[in-house]
Amino acid sequence: MFPEALEYHVAPYISNFVKWLLHTCGPAFDAFSNSLITIMVQIEHGLLFIPWWLWAIGIMFLSWRITRHIGKTILPAVLLMTIGMLGLWDVAMETLSIIIVSVVLALIIGIPSGIAMAVSNRVNTVFTPILDAMQTMPSFVYLIPALMLFHLGKVPAVVATVIYAVPPVQRLTNLGIRQVSESVQEAALAFGATPWQLMKEVRLPLAMPSILAGINQTTMMALAMVVIASMIGAGGLGEKVLVATNRIDVGGGFEAGWAIVVLAIIIDRLSQGAAGKFDNTNIQR
Amino acid sequence: MDSNSETYILEVENLWKVFAKDKIECNLYDAAAVGKLEAAGGVVAVRDISFKIKRGEVFVIMGLSGSGKSTLIRCIPRLIDPSSGRIMMNGDNVSEMDQEQLTEFRRTKAAMVFQHYGLLPHRTVLENVSFGLKLRGVEQKDREMKAEQAIEQVGLKGWEAHYPSQLSGGMQQRVGIARALVQETDLLLLDEPFSGLDPLIRREMQEELLRLQEQLHKTMVFVTHDLSEAVRLGDRMAVMKSGEFVQEGTPQEIIMHPADEYVQRFVQDEQKIALMMEQDNKPSNVRTLPVRSGGCSDKAVSGTRR
Repeated sequence: MFPEALEYHVAPYISNFVKWLLHTCGPAFDAFSNSLITIMVQIEHGLLFIPWWLWAIGIMFLSWRITRHIGKTILPAVLLMTIGMLGLWDVAMETLSIIIVSVVLALIIGIPSGIAMAVSNRVNTVFTPILDAMQTMPSFVYLIPALMLFHLGKVPAVVATVIYAVPPVQRLTNLGIRQVSESVQEAALAFGATPWQLMKEVRLPLAMPSILAGINQTTMMALAMVVIASMIGAGGLGEKVLVATNRIDVGGGFEAGWAIVVLAIIIDRLSQGAAGKFDNTNIQR
Repeated sequence: MDSNSETYILEVENLWKVFAKDKIECNLYDAAAVGKLEAAGGVVAVRDISFKIKRGEVFVIMGLSGSGKSTLIRCIPRLIDPSSGRIMMNGDNVSEMDQEQLTEFRRTKAAMVFQHYGLLPHRTVLENVSFGLKLRGVEQKDREMKAEQAIEQVGLKGWEAHYPSQLSGGMQQRVGIARALVQETDLLLLDEPFSGLDPLIRREMQEELLRLQEQLHKTMVFVTHDLSEAVRLGDRMAVMKSGEFVQEGTPQEIIMHPADEYVQRFVQDEQKIALMMEQDNKPSNVRTLPVRSGGCSDKAVSGTRR
């Protein structure tokens, strides 16, 4: 047994801190919460407004642009149809709207901070352990502060998802920029590039494949987290899984799980394909 | 402006570059202090070097790897900041320029060609050549017109839309040269531009450069580790060893009167060739040592042997 005298709890301090935060900055959190929910509702309406057949055509069009392969064009559309056939269309769109908002926020945070990490070694040293901690932390942990600050619902789900999804794009932006060949950068400097021109004309374009891989990773992480975030009322497909688990409803769980897998496959294929199209550094003869 | 600075386009005076962990505060002319610096892990890459280059002259800096020649040439546009010394170009003190003036200097006064080309892999040949003009803010139409001209000068007409990875090494370096020419600077800095190329292509590129020089009369600083290249291209050359110029003079002077044993080792092959030439008395087959003053001529270097 560990001696009881040495026991020391930080839990009350943390709880008090969050309470204090809520007390002093409550209106700010509410305002943020309200605007985020408005945006999300708009996006969800938009997604549901697009008829199912237009979705299918749109996805086939994109797949064709990317793959130029008949099978790989038709398959994603067929998979998408199965979501509708299982009666999960509306719920899937709800999940998708959370993913879109989370990914956009994650990129707005992740890409600039990744650039900052690449430019400044000091920023890099500060962020690296934070990112390490964020990635080793079990994803459930993020639900707690998000829940405390924003109560139940979609907003804490988005907050938790953003925190969970930021590290890959931030890391890969940093890495991509740092990997740009020294000799190319030196040449650009020799021709009188300013630091800003060097970033815009040389470093960012050459880091693009890495950044796009980061965006792909971030999107996949967001999808995974949105499912977990159903525990704090995110709704969507995750909620179906949660309900099915609680009721030991194997069939229902499978259906919802299937829909999640389909979403994952489609998002992954499309974003990877787009990344491949952008990858202009390995142009072969 | 006195007549002196008009004849000399580039003057480098007492240039030092010491790579050290800490800021260098000691007197660089105090041998004991420099020794201490080196003992502490500091590296003296350029040691009190001075030279002057006339307008239209090709000045070759020759040395083995690690002799500091690449550091020296990078000190001129201050890609590496010298530790001490003065660089004067057309009467402007480069070593005292602030960042803004330096950017302007790099854009308009000196253009550089690199051993590893340094081309942008995501840009076409045309975009690469016009890159410097783009940095200056030249309109797209104008810069593409100028780039087209430079591309034609280096013999790459028809390749404008290709990417660097689609080109051979020699062609990539032609792009590198075109990118430097399009800047229309007085000074060209070439850092081992042909070292990565195979011998035949290297020879071809050297002749190409001589041909261009005949038209353009640029002032060039050319760094190489290859004596025959130095001899072929240089109006004057300097042999560099551990950060110092061991000997400076015309290629002929250096081959015929090497200053010390180090230079002697470098030039012995060239001396043998010269000797053979005298014995055989068949100058047509063997490379003659080029004696060039002012304008250079292809004929002086038209031998078949390299």
